[in-house]
Amino acid sequence: MARRYDSRTTIFSPEGRLYQVEYAMEAISHAGTCLGILANDGIVLVAEKKTVNKLLDESVYSEKIYKLNDNMICSLAGITADANVLTNELRLISQRYLIQYGKTIPCEQLVSWLCDIKQAYTQYGGKRPFGVSILYMGWDDQYGYQLYQSDPSGNYSGWKATCIGQNSSAAVSSLKTEYKEGEMTIKDALALGIKVLSKTLDTARLQTDRIEVATLQRINDKCVTRILPDTEVQALIDTFEKAEAEAAAAKKEKQPKP
Amino acid sequence: METILGLRTDNFCILASDMTAAHSIIVMKSNEKKIYPVSDQILMAATGQQGDAHQFAEYIVKNVQLYKMRNGYGLSTASAAHFIRQNLAEYLRSQTPYNVNLLLGGFEEKTGGQLYYMDYLASSHEVKYGSHGYGGVIALSILERYWRPDMTEAEAYDIMIKCVEEIQRRLIINLPNFHIQIVDKNGIRVLPDITTATVLSKKSQA
Repeated sequence: MARRYDSRTTIFSPEGRLYQVEYAMEAISHAGTCLGILANDGIVLVAEKKTVNKLLDESVYSEKIYKLNDNMICSLAGITADANVLTNELRLISQRYLIQYGKTIPCEQLVSWLCDIKQAYTQYGGKRPFGVSILYMGWDDQYGYQLYQSDPSGNYSGWKATCIGQNSSAAVSSLKTEYKEGEMTIKDALALGIKVLSKTLDTARLQTDRIEVATLQRINDKCVTRILPDTEVQALIDTFEKAEAEAAAAKKEKQPKP
Repeated sequence: METILGLRTDNFCILASDMTAAHSIIVMKSNEKKIYPVSDQILMAATGQQGDAHQFAEYIVKNVQLYKMRNGYGLSTASAAHFIRQNLAEYLRSQTPYNVNLLLGGFEEKTGGQLYYMDYLASSHEVKYGSHGYGGVIALSILERYWRPDMTEAEAYDIMIKCVEEIQRRLIINLPNFHIQIVDKNGIRVLPDITTATVLSKKSQA
């Protein structure tokens, strides 16, 4: 039955579904995980890289995390080629706003403009939708620190902590239990980010070449955005693994010996 | 021929415009209002070719209001000034440029009163006080002499009367009435017009 309705994005199925849009979302659930956590003094994005090969020349650019303007960074999950088109579009929208109003675009406006484009591709002219979900972290003078998520349908929403990509539902539920509202610092958020990401990975151990971490903080009335170098990511992983080992040891001790 | 004046202080921004609408050498109207409220905290005075000034002002006002409808919060004075200048510059390079000179006044808690001077060639400057037109040339020295950043509303209004008095004495063109508006932390207010009568009573007091 689906075959008659899934070749075009513009046609509803009799059950009222848009199959192409749903397939696009499905594509994302196999993509590298990205998660974002809002803290009182900043925001954190943590992303998992899928293509890891020691022959890849990675000195040029980061794969998952992009700077959009002075106040925003995003992380993408999905088809990389589509993602590149969208980051380009995001940067264009930012610059257009800057030339029009002389200040950096407020976060929600940027997300909303991009989602208008994403939505158009689910409705017009037999094109396929963008197979990309995006996490945006940013700051503006209207609403302060903000974390947004957008999906291929053109829906977007604001979050305190959320996750997209592989195993995202498991990650979201563990974020839900471990996120301490109003008490998070950027340090807590980094630790939590690494911990939750480790649960979504197929591989047993965390490795720096598979993880990208970025932070955004407001320092001296300026947004400071940072993509963490490998040494700092390794330090985070070490702390996490030490804590895990201690927890495991404590658990073992509690169990009665046979 | 028309004149607009403006000055900012730490607590407000005040704009004045003459109220004459002329056609060729004939005065058609002496109660024309050339100051437009752009938002709750931004005022704009526009002169130039009358049709142009009115059309452009209306276009700007509606666009700034549209921004607020779309986003739930308004533009800052600085952003509005940037937006206006950008539009002027685009039209300047089109087949149909607008021939308008503007003063944009605003108030924000963070910055106090703000005043932007813009002309039909799309230059834009943030200024302490400013003016356009022949009357402005005469008023400028008075503004220069008496302006202080900590002036009260009454003092600023008095300076406007001084300017009008001098314009009416020195300028060969008849500009009998001036319309005054102020924007401060309480929003926009219209102050009493400055007319030949105001100037006369001020003189008799002195």
